[in-house]
Formats: sequence, structure tokens, C-alpha cells
Amino acid sequence: MTEVRTQSSTTNKVLGYPLDVWYVAAWDKEVTRKPMSRKVAGRPLALYRTEGGKAVALADACWHRLAPLSLGKTLGKDQIQCPYHGIVYNSAGRCVSMPAQETINPSATVPSFPVVERHRYVWVWLGDPTKADPELVPDMHQLDSPEWAGDGETIHAPCNFQLVLDNLMDLTHEEFIHSSSIGQEELSESDFVVTHDDGTVTVSRWMFNIDAPPFWLKNMRDKFPGFEGKVDRWQIITFRSPSVINIDVGVTKAGTGAYEGDRSQGVNGFVMNAITPESDKSCHYFWAFMRNYRLDSQLITTQLRDGVHGVFGEDEAMLAAQQAAIDANPDYEFYNLNIDAGGMWVRRLIERQLESEGRLVPGA
Amino acid sequence: MAATNIEVWQLGTVVEVRNIAANVQRVVLEPSRPKTAEPGSHIDVMVSIDGHQDKRSYSIVESAEDGTQLVISVLKAPLSRGGSLFIHALQPGDQLEITQPLQNFPLRVGAQRYILLAGGIGITAMINMAQVLRNLKADYTFVYAGRNRAAMAYLEELQDLHGENLVVHIDDEGTSLDVDALVAGATEDTELYMCGPIRLMDAVRRSWTERGLSYPNLRFETFGNSGWYDPEEFVVKVPSLGLQVLVGPGRSMLEALEDAGADMMFDCRKGECGLCEVRILQLEGAIDHRDVFYSSRQKNATEKMACCVSRAVTSKTGLTAEASPSGPAIVTIEVS
Repeated sequence: MTEVRTQSSTTNKVLGYPLDVWYVAAWDKEVTRKPMSRKVAGRPLALYRTEGGKAVALADACWHRLAPLSLGKTLGKDQIQCPYHGIVYNSAGRCVSMPAQETINPSATVPSFPVVERHRYVWVWLGDPTKADPELVPDMHQLDSPEWAGDGETIHAPCNFQLVLDNLMDLTHEEFIHSSSIGQEELSESDFVVTHDDGTVTVSRWMFNIDAPPFWLKNMRDKFPGFEGKVDRWQIITFRSPSVINIDVGVTKAGTGAYEGDRSQGVNGFVMNAITPESDKSCHYFWAFMRNYRLDSQLITTQLRDGVHGVFGEDEAMLAAQQAAIDANPDYEFYNLNIDAGGMWVRRLIERQLESEGRLVPGA
Repeated sequence: MAATNIEVWQLGTVVEVRNIAANVQRVVLEPSRPKTAEPGSHIDVMVSIDGHQDKRSYSIVESAEDGTQLVISVLKAPLSRGGSLFIHALQPGDQLEITQPLQNFPLRVGAQRYILLAGGIGITAMINMAQVLRNLKADYTFVYAGRNRAAMAYLEELQDLHGENLVVHIDDEGTSLDVDALVAGATEDTELYMCGPIRLMDAVRRSWTERGLSYPNLRFETFGNSGWYDPEEFVVKVPSLGLQVLVGPGRSMLEALEDAGADMMFDCRKGECGLCEVRILQLEGAIDHRDVFYSSRQKNATEKMACCVSRAVTSKTGLTAEASPSGPAIVTIEVS
């Protein structure tokens, strides 16, 4: 580990976002031959696919008068035409046609950002393109592995992305926000363990011999019809820099050895979360719930997606209210609790990344 | 990376000057507001010529990662408009107005194959790009053409750094560049970046087009400072304004007209945008088209010219045989 030091900015209410990283810009299905607009990390992007199906991310502003290219149309193999004066760019952002003249101004380009398609997402890199190594895309393999099934959605959350990371790194809030589905008092009563390395933070929580909350009782009965009784429950939250959080969740029949590694007598899910900053006070929150049982049941896929949709709707309402309260009380600070250890390590890793990019503003 | 061309002016302090090749001065500057320089970027510099201020663009050859030091290397051109003389007179401790790095010539990461082509002092625009491609372990060929070894700045360092990736062509040693052979080595997925004299760049553009290669894959930067012919004094007449102006070899037609009080429209001042277009009513001599705005067809038609960079020349060096055999060329124009 590198040296550990405290910084006054550790509990920033609005944390800046790294740029030399991969962010999820869209679900794969969202990006088509018809251009779409999406703002990522403060930068408006025009996203579209080439004739060959390759996803492209260009700055969403024509070189000429900054008209949004996302309102234009795709042409030929890989081109997009500005809807205003017809200037055409290829997927590298180079102008290939200026309709009103016989030559092309050699300066006429729009930024084209590196794109990788992986795990059902289109990822973009907005920072130094020489560092855009596809190997740095965070592992979210459950999303497209044949051993897992499920689906997800996107929440346009009206809050700084860090507030969502805080939310997911400490699940004691489930007891209060999600009392009708996954919340139970054992969450805040049980102990948790936090570990970290240079790029990940993990928070593990185990609860033994408890009643299954409604969401998990339903899942147990999907696999074990008519199940009754106590369960052992776990939540293993793993953050991957800069903004992916995968949560290994599940329950087994109590005392069947889940903690020791035998999960055969239970159900296991992965909550896949990718939180992409949009602006200082908004983010795109891509989530999916994946399971490793009854893989062929579209009914269960839909039920789980809709169920989590309801749960995350409760989070969204709280995050919006929290951001509004932060804005309405600019003279009040954040304070920390012991339960924030995971979220605080996340902040520290993000601050180190910002520092390495020369973009950490102390005390900002 | 997003290109930015917002001019942020700052002070640059000269910390080192050194002659690194015949008539090439390397100047190390410390900017007051450092900003990282991307490959392909340049700075604009306010130069002082005969008491008046003028703006010149110079490629950033080397830069500290955090942008706290920038290096430009400038060729003293005997027929230049005077900017290079100003740079060559700089001494450590001098301060001058410079912009933060500007980007008109971005290197795209991720091409299958690259050819970098530098002619003469054009090497200054390519060195940073070559360094990045080397670091990325990209497939690249770096071609450096010059008149003679003594005039070729950075030659030895580049040979040490790039090894077999660097291909050198030297006129005086009988190894001149064969443009068609070079372009023949390019494939559909090759991107060629070049900076050099206009004759070289025109030859590459022609060969590139003839081979049907993708035009957007041909990347070049011109500061509009080189022509097919040496600059000479010529006369420009604007009947509608009642103007007759002598354009000296060190001034552009646009500048001379501005000096004479004409209200001229312009933008880039380097022959790219076409805003400074004037219509040619009459011509005694020929036009040395130095812009990249007009097509060959339009240049041959001699109906319009980009007055920010293009010039009139006499028949001795001009294109057309029927031009006036003596005295300065005379171009009569209408302005917008």
C-alpha cells in the first residue's frame, strides 16, 4: 500500500470525477444506428453504431457551430451528419465532407472517444486516450455469463455520483428505506468487515439464523418450493474503482455451511451497479440483478427486475431528497459514522485517482 | 482527448537557448500557467517585428509532463516575415507572451498503422507524436526528409530513439524521398500525419488521392508559411476602395491591405477557412496559392485567392508563361 494520510477533502459533499477511467455510457441495446445523446462526466456525447455494429462516441457538438450531432443521422459505413449544415464526420471524428466547399478544412474534427463494449455495456474513456487499456474495464462478468441470468435498468439519479456509492457501500439503510422487501433489523445489529487494496474496497456482512425478509423468502421458494425456516444471509459488497459496485447477496437454509463456502442449499444473486457521473449533481445509475438458479425462467428474471426496480425507486427518492438538502444547507458539513468505513475507503481511492490525474482540488 | 482552441495568454520565460542544427534554435520556455501539451499541439507567440506585434504559431517539440516546460525549435528563414528572427534573438531571462497549448493536429490513438512524415523543420510537429506511438508500441514508420544532414534538427536523437522505425531521406546524399513509393506503402487502415513544405505536402495529397486512400486518414498541419515560390514584392489594387498597395516580401496581402485601411474579413490567417477570400479581377503575373482551402481546380481557375497566405509572383518563378516578364506582379481584386 501507498502511504496513508488524511485529507480535509475526504468528506466532500460533491466529489469530482476521474477521467482516466472507463465509464458505462449506455446499455448495449440503447446504442443503435440512430444517434443518441448522453452526457458522461460533464461531456455531452453522441453515441451511435457503425454499419458493422461498432459503437462510436463522439463529442456531441459539430466543429462548425456546435450543433448537436446526436440530432443528425448516420450515413455510409461509419459516418454521422450534422443536422444543421450537413457536415459529415467519420467514426474517428474526422470531417469527410463539407457540402459548401470543394476541400475539407484540415482542422475540422470532433473528439472521438475510445469505446469498449463489454458485459452488455458500452464503456467510454474520456481522459488521456493513450491510457485507455480495455483490460481496465471492471469485471462485471455475471452480466453476460451463461451461468447467470437476469436483467436491469437505468436510473437517472439527481445527485452526485458519490452519494450513490455511499448508499451501496453501507446497506444498513435497507432496514429503514426498504423495510417491506429486504430490510430487517439484523442488518444494523450484525458486524461487518471492511478490506481494501489499490483498486477495490470490500464490505462483508453475515447474518446467521435469521428470518428471511419477503424478497429472499420468495427467492428461496422459487428454488425450494414451500421453503419455511431460518436462513443464513450475506452481503459482500465489492467496489471497483472508479464507480462499479458488485454486491454478492444471498441466503441459504440456516446452518448449511454457506459461510464456509457451501451455498448449495440457498439462492445467490449479484447486484451489478455501475454509477456514471453525468454532472456534479446528477448521475446515470446502471443496475442489474443476476441470479445463478432457475436460469431458464423469464418469469423470475422479470419478477426480480421489477422487484429491484421498486427497491431502487426507494433509494432514488432518498438520494434526490438528500442532494436537495445538501444544496439547501450549504453551510453544513458531512460527519461520518463507523458504518461509513466502506464508503470512506471508496472516497479515498477516488481521491487518489483524481490526484494521479492532477485534478484533485484540496478542500473543494 | 478533447481538442481545445481557446486562446489563454500567459507569460513565457526563456530558460535556455541553443543552436541544434544549421539555423535552428531550440528555445526552452517556462509558462506562467502550465498546462499539459498533447502531441500535435502548438503555441501561438506574440513576436515583435520592426516595432509592431504579430502572432506566430510554433509546434511544441518537447514538454514536461505537467507542462511546466515547453520547447519550440525555430528555423531562421531568410525570406520569412520576421518572426523567426525575433525567436533567434531571444536570450535566457527574456519574457514573451504565449498561449497555453492549442490543438489543431490531434493524434488519434488506435489506428492500425501510422506513417509520420516530416519535411525539414516540419520535424518539430512530429517528434511528440512519434514518442507517443513508440510508448504505445504502435505500428509506425517515421519518415524524416531533409536537404542535408547539418540542417536536420534532432536527427541523431531520433535515430537512437526510434531505430528501424525511423527512415531518413537526405537530398544531398542522393536518398531523396520518393513520395509515390511512400504512399504506395499505405493501406486503407493507415493514417499518415505530415508536416513540411507545401511542395511535399501537395505531392503527398496528390498521390494519396490518386491511390484512392481515405482522405480523412491523411492528417496535416500548415501554418500557411510556405509556398511554391519564394515570396516577392507585388502590387495589389482594389478599385472599389481606390487602393493600390505594395506588398513587401515579409508581409501578407491581408496585412498590407489592413495596413492601408481596408476593412478585411478573415479568421484563421493560415489558409484553411476561406473567410479572407478575394475575387481576382485582373492579374499581371501568377498566383502562388499557399492555402489548403481551394481545390486544384479552383486554384488553376485563378478567380479567387485566400489573401491571408497566397501571393502574386512574376513569371520568372510563376506558373504561367504569359505573365509580365519584368517588374512586380500586379493583382487587381474585389473584396467582400
